Amino acid sequence: MMRDYAIRYGFIVLLVGLIAYFAIAADGFVSPQSAVFIFQSVAITGVLALGVTATLVVGGFDLSIGSVATSAMMAASYAMVVLEQNAIVAVIACLVIGVIVGLINGWLIVYMRVPDLLATLGMMFLLLGLQRIPTEGRSIATGMTMPDGSVANGKFSEAFLALGRHRIDFFIPNLIPVSVVVLIVLAVLIWFFLEYTRFGRMMYAVGSNERAAELAGAPVKAYKIWAYVISGVFASIGGILLAARLGRGDIASGNNLLLDAVAAALIGYAVLGAAKPNAFGTAVGAVFVGVLLQGLTMMNAPYYTQDFVKGAVLVVALVFTFALSGRGKR
Amino acid sequence: MGADAVFRVEGLRKSFGQNEVLGGISLDLFAGEVTVLMGANGAGKSTLVKIVSGVYSHGGGTMQLAGKAFDPQTPAEAIRAGVVTVHQNINDGVVADLDVATNLTLDRLSGKGASLLFKPRNVRAEAKAVADRMGLAIDLKARVADLALADRQMVAIARALAHQPKVLILDEPTSSLSSAEADRLFALIDRLRAQGVAILYISHRMSDIRQLADRIVSMRDGAVSGVFDRKPLDYEGAVNAMLGRKIHLDRVVARSSAQAVFTAESLRIAPGAKPISMTLGTGEVVAITGLVGVGKTALAETLFGVRRPLAGTMHMDGKPYAPRSAREAIAAGAFLVAKDRAASGIVGGFNIERNISLPFLKRMSGFGVMKKRAERAVARRQIDELGIVCRSEKDELSALSGGNQQKVMVARWMSQASRLFILDEPFQGVDISARRDIAAKLRASADGRATLIFVTEIDEALETADRILVMSEHTIVGEHRNADVDLDRLLAEVAGGPLHSAA
Repeated sequence: MMRDYAIRYGFIVLLVGLIAYFAIAADGFVSPQSAVFIFQSVAITGVLALGVTATLVVGGFDLSIGSVATSAMMAASYAMVVLEQNAIVAVIACLVIGVIVGLINGWLIVYMRVPDLLATLGMMFLLLGLQRIPTEGRSIATGMTMPDGSVANGKFSEAFLALGRHRIDFFIPNLIPVSVVVLIVLAVLIWFFLEYTRFGRMMYAVGSNERAAELAGAPVKAYKIWAYVISGVFASIGGILLAARLGRGDIASGNNLLLDAVAAALIGYAVLGAAKPNAFGTAVGAVFVGVLLQGLTMMNAPYYTQDFVKGAVLVVALVFTFALSGRGKR
Repeated sequence: MGADAVFRVEGLRKSFGQNEVLGGISLDLFAGEVTVLMGANGAGKSTLVKIVSGVYSHGGGTMQLAGKAFDPQTPAEAIRAGVVTVHQNINDGVVADLDVATNLTLDRLSGKGASLLFKPRNVRAEAKAVADRMGLAIDLKARVADLALADRQMVAIARALAHQPKVLILDEPTSSLSSAEADRLFALIDRLRAQGVAILYISHRMSDIRQLADRIVSMRDGAVSGVFDRKPLDYEGAVNAMLGRKIHLDRVVARSSAQAVFTAESLRIAPGAKPISMTLGTGEVVAITGLVGVGKTALAETLFGVRRPLAGTMHMDGKPYAPRSAREAIAAGAFLVAKDRAASGIVGGFNIERNISLPFLKRMSGFGVMKKRAERAVARRQIDELGIVCRSEKDELSALSGGNQQKVMVARWMSQASRLFILDEPFQGVDISARRDIAAKLRASADGRATLIFVTEIDEALETADRILVMSEHTIVGEHRNADVDLDRLLAEVAGGPLHSAA
């Protein structure tokens, strides 16, 4: 019984304990601004993590999410700065990229039978290269010189930048950034989709026993491809938020997105003893990482310890999931 | 048969936990003879082979090879002593990414006396010697992965023969070969027999057995149930000994049906097989029986749209029925409880309720959102009706016994009305009481649909069906009304006797 409780609530208790510790040890940790900052810091990785959760549910994996996000960021910048388009065109371009990459990933995995890790790894490299081709490897900002010598005079539209910078009043004026709202809305959406709709249910069945799902009449291939499309679209939304926050197409940004997102999704396995990918767990996992990093930063821990701490948390979470609950055999 | 046996097994026993798998097996193999070992699933054949080949240790009894005690602790030891096994899965016997020559000499790469460096020329010369000895005509430089299945099998056997065995064990070697490929294997076996190798050949295929066997040993429930060595061999007797025949206390009252639900016309499910025609009526339970590998699962999957027939047509309620997927079959009212519930039925991460609702999520949701109350009500009703022993509908399937897991699988497909209800080996790994429950429920609910069950055990057919069809060589070879079954004729048909015209 103790063991059951440990598996079920262990990680939540750890999170609460962590918050309590930082509240005592770090001045100003407990404040609305601090909480918002935590959410803001994990908004983009959180969105990516929710997307990769969909592929984990069908028994797959998507390593291309980080580069989809940065490709979307570069595409949005290119559309506005170089092509001088408005915010709506930029957003649509990003979403289209997400859909196309998801379809290609799904096609490679389902029809070309490339193992998921390898297919999405290949896609990751492909996109990392592709996103640099239009500008010959330069970052995109207003006033930049193009390869042909002309100067790009377009600029980020105010409406687009608002996605990353506008804050909504919530009891306190200018409290909640739009990116956090996007994160919460997407989290609720994907949670409802996976837990309460027949499509989500069937995705879990596909991930658990593909043949059984197929013999129960599920179009297994379509479900798998859809999962990668969801992942691609979520990653491109993450890229939109990233572009809006930075206000430029920075080729050096987004290095940590993939690992942070995957860590959040895998930590999510341990939340409430689910022992399977789930949206709520992923959201908690993302917040957990955010709390940890914010707390460490406020306690003046050097930046280079952050990756170490994240890795350690991930390993502990995986032990919770696989060893303690004994349900690791998927 | 006066000669002494080369290999002798006496009183061999083996248990896994409480479960006794071999209860004192005795078996003799003679030089220059093919002994066929027959047994249904779970009879203990594989366990016996694994003990003889040194994979398992035995739990009692003795083995003798050429008069000396033989008790291998590892597979390598068995091979060195001269007992060589070619396992059922061909790819276990070869390394796909290496070429034929390396495969043939693989066992010399390690062990005592192996040289430190790999010398391609020596390898090729040795491999050629091995290949010539058994008349193997395969390019030694070809990669094994590029070879046809039969060639791979030949390489696996050649590799085994490089050890110059006294005893060769072949575990269902033809299960994945075409008949032309099998003929090549038989020619090789004939040659080995002439060379004086004692061969133990495990198979279900009657055509193989008729062609090869010098003796037949039948196994049932971990014991030898018959030895047949007088020519001409008594094939029906061997099948009978393998399947057993018990007294049936609860024989069914056979019903007959007037109204056809499903018909198949000239359906061909394997190349070279005779076409199948059959009619299934409403309210009747029809059993199709036959040995393993005669195409029962192939037929079940064809009716369910998972496999396409090579020729022929099907009709459901008079309308053409040609499902291209399980989805289309389900939509047309054909449901299948698939064989091997762990691999193709149970969704491990789901509880009972979710396992039952799986195929019918659309019917239990509105605008895509699951109606959880309806789902729970269906699950509870099914748990009641089939007598599934559990704490609640939220139990995980891993917490249930095999029989109850199978009941959940049956419950899944009985939760909605079907026109054609197909069950492939529904009694596999199911205890006797659960088996009775399921059979009774099938019969009680049979009205309004055609029920078709595929079973290897004739007993199960006799206990459940109104009508029994017999399959052999991918076609239907006999039909019996389950009222006054001529068991001798039925067994002859199962054993692939003279073909009657299809039912």
